[in-house]
Amino acid sequence: MSETMNKTSGANAARYALELQGVSKSFGLVRANRNIDLKIESGTIHGIIGENGAGKSTLMNILFGMHRADSGKMFANGEQVNVRNSADAIAHGIGMVHQHFMLVNRFSVLENVMLGSEGGSLLKQGKQATIARLKELGDTYGMVVDPHALISDLNVGMRQRVEILKALKGGARILILDEPTGVLTPQETEQLFEILRVLRADGVTVLLITHKLAEIMEITDNVSIMRAGKMVGHRATAETSPQELAELMVGRKVLLNVDKDAPQTNNVLLDVQGLGAMSSRGHRILDDVSFQVKGGEILGIAGVSGNGQTPLMEILTGMRIPDRGHVEILGETISHDAPKTPKQLREIGVGHIPEDRHVHGLVLDFEAQENMILGYHDGALSGDGRLMDRAGIRAHCETQMEKYDVRPRDPMLPAANFSGGNQQKIVIAREMYSNPKVLIVGQPTRGVDVGAIEFIHKQLIALRDAGCAIVVVSVELDEVMGLSDRIMVMNDGKNIGIVDADKTDTNMLGLMMAGIEQEAVA
Amino acid sequence: MNVTPPLPKWADLILLPLINLFAAFFVCGLIVLAIGENPFTALNVMIKGAFFYPESLGYTLYYTTNFIFTGLAVATAFHALMFNIGGEGQAYIGGLGAAVVALLFGPNLPMLIVLPLCILSSAAFGALWALIPGYLQAKRGSHIVITTIMFNFLASSLMVWLLAGPLMQQGQQSPQTVLFADAAQLPQMREVLGYFGFELANSPWNLSFFIALIALVVFYILIWKTRLGYEIRAVGKNQEAARYAGINVAKIIIIAMAISGAFAGLMATNEVLGVHNRVILNFTAGYGFTGIAVALMGRNHPIGIFLASLLFGALYQGGAELDFEFTSITREMVVLIQGMIILFSGALAYMFNPSLARLIARISAPKEATDG
Repeated sequence: MSETMNKTSGANAARYALELQGVSKSFGLVRANRNIDLKIESGTIHGIIGENGAGKSTLMNILFGMHRADSGKMFANGEQVNVRNSADAIAHGIGMVHQHFMLVNRFSVLENVMLGSEGGSLLKQGKQATIARLKELGDTYGMVVDPHALISDLNVGMRQRVEILKALKGGARILILDEPTGVLTPQETEQLFEILRVLRADGVTVLLITHKLAEIMEITDNVSIMRAGKMVGHRATAETSPQELAELMVGRKVLLNVDKDAPQTNNVLLDVQGLGAMSSRGHRILDDVSFQVKGGEILGIAGVSGNGQTPLMEILTGMRIPDRGHVEILGETISHDAPKTPKQLREIGVGHIPEDRHVHGLVLDFEAQENMILGYHDGALSGDGRLMDRAGIRAHCETQMEKYDVRPRDPMLPAANFSGGNQQKIVIAREMYSNPKVLIVGQPTRGVDVGAIEFIHKQLIALRDAGCAIVVVSVELDEVMGLSDRIMVMNDGKNIGIVDADKTDTNMLGLMMAGIEQEAVA
Repeated sequence: MNVTPPLPKWADLILLPLINLFAAFFVCGLIVLAIGENPFTALNVMIKGAFFYPESLGYTLYYTTNFIFTGLAVATAFHALMFNIGGEGQAYIGGLGAAVVALLFGPNLPMLIVLPLCILSSAAFGALWALIPGYLQAKRGSHIVITTIMFNFLASSLMVWLLAGPLMQQGQQSPQTVLFADAAQLPQMREVLGYFGFELANSPWNLSFFIALIALVVFYILIWKTRLGYEIRAVGKNQEAARYAGINVAKIIIIAMAISGAFAGLMATNEVLGVHNRVILNFTAGYGFTGIAVALMGRNHPIGIFLASLLFGALYQGGAELDFEFTSITREMVVLIQGMIILFSGALAYMFNPSLARLIARISAPKEATDG
């Protein structure tokens, strides 16, 4: 480490917008951040990349005052600062856009931006000042938003823009963005990056946290890589490659592309015809969707989340009843008049890896071994007697943990105490054990680290090659493109089109995700 | 946002409840001191009064029996994340169940047939009374807390009407049934143990204590060993995951509530079949509500529930002794102590959790460092 200059002023102070020296933070026995050194040059876009659980979020929460570091120093613009809470951070010109937006949905843009700085007991003056400031910011950065629009009426990209405006309005010159592109279409991502470039030109420092290598390569000037709570490297983006970054993140060589042979398809195992569903509030959330999947192939479903993928998966797995159309699955029919329960579908060989393992896939308070039989607890897995065969369940769990490399290999540990990747492996091990003939998979690698992603993809490909019909829903376009043989794009509950995975590209899928039909693209 | 490390299991199950208990006693001790009495003398009187006088242990275990039943009732429902506040009403209706069988068949059939029928009937009536709120929750979304509370009032009104009307003893002024026939009276522990040569002082401790112990074992097997228990816990811990797993959530809620009500109803075996040998007005005397504290303190585990029941039983009995011994300390003191225990081990159950967790983490951390 070179000698650092700190506590200086004038020209030197401007060099680094933010600097951390030896920052550590533990939660009990978990050392989330260990001796972190970080320097962020003013007026640059600086990426922080790392696997889930590498400590990125903890570090950002320290920067924004939501956690207090156990040790270490922090400098903003060359001055040592003590950030005890988010108000301190804002006072030092640090603004944050969280991964999950902190907006009041029933408030207007204006009311949201004002929140926390209303200015007096009467709102009128504050409102006028905020409108003026919003206009000023909009003119400077090209971010035009109607101040009177309700947040609930805005799309995700616009909501994010409101979050950025909120931070800038507070006087932020250092902007932290936590996984900002997770919910955006490729086009919206491009718009966001355009805004970030304008901000950089104006001298704003941007700190971008992500686990997507492509984004780091595209937008950042410098990048810092975290692994297991430590900073393992700093690079100028121009001088590094995605391969090097991936290796630094994981600590070993990784396969970035999914390796697979051409599909050997057989009969149609899943036939969906004119399927529709309504939300409980009476909106049409699934509209006349038809497609077929043969044994031995993977159909990927691409789309911005919330465009009908979830109700489609729910119908295919018996968790929702369609209002129109029907599904022929392994010789059984699912329709409004002939609904099937999740149990019935599981019994005929439909596996389901749910989108959200915390909500559906696991009972987090249950032991790993109890989760390993969830949904199959009625069958042979729990023994033949009246009472559950605990020893047998444990033995089964140990075998599966070995086979799917679940760590730690402790069947008695509650599911909540496993990392995201290992939790997902528990779900996958469970659903694959029964050798499903149709497998419905949602977000197979959400919140899973790079090493585990590789493993999970291999498992899915192996199942495909064994003749299973697989439907994969994912918001990660790279994943859909890498895994699938064919890709169906959904927008607003409709099937926009089905394309062969090897005959498409991000741009085309992006346009389809925005609702532009395939014919118009081609 | 402050994240505390998780507490080791042994500390969570044993140490924390003990600390909470001591905190409660400490505060009560201060109050006794303020009254002008020596808290240690008072404690001594209580412990002696609960365990050491000839008849006191019998009384303590008699109270304990009630708390085991009502504690199990609350715990069963809680494993399905249902807050059953209606133990009081379910026990009351359980008493009706026992009475119906006892009055109909008691005079004509032998004890070996009548008593089991009475016991089953009290469980079934309790189950039925809890099943209705369970159904309303599962199928109609009526909140279980509200409905079970309302069902307490319904039970109370119904029983007043029955005891002052159709079931009232002829030619009597008090609202109670006639005395049951001998065949419908649960044997006293004094008689049973006396048969084997043990001499016991006079107390209301009766055979229902064994029913309670059996209920504890049944509860344990049900919750942790059966598929039904697995499904109940899955529904309680994550209803969405249960649905995903193909579990019929509504059915499980209804079943869990029925079993919960059955445990509450069994309380009648103690009060009605074992002690009064008739149904009297308000024989439930708040045991159903104390069951909530018992389950809370016992962490919904049979061993915990047994120990908590014993504690509350000792408090009831020892508290009566306090009242007897001191002029300045009244029976209300017991209510205060109970309140403190409920406060510290119920409402403030996790107050000491963060500091205890940090302390344990600090003690075990250096060990960890030398390991790695």
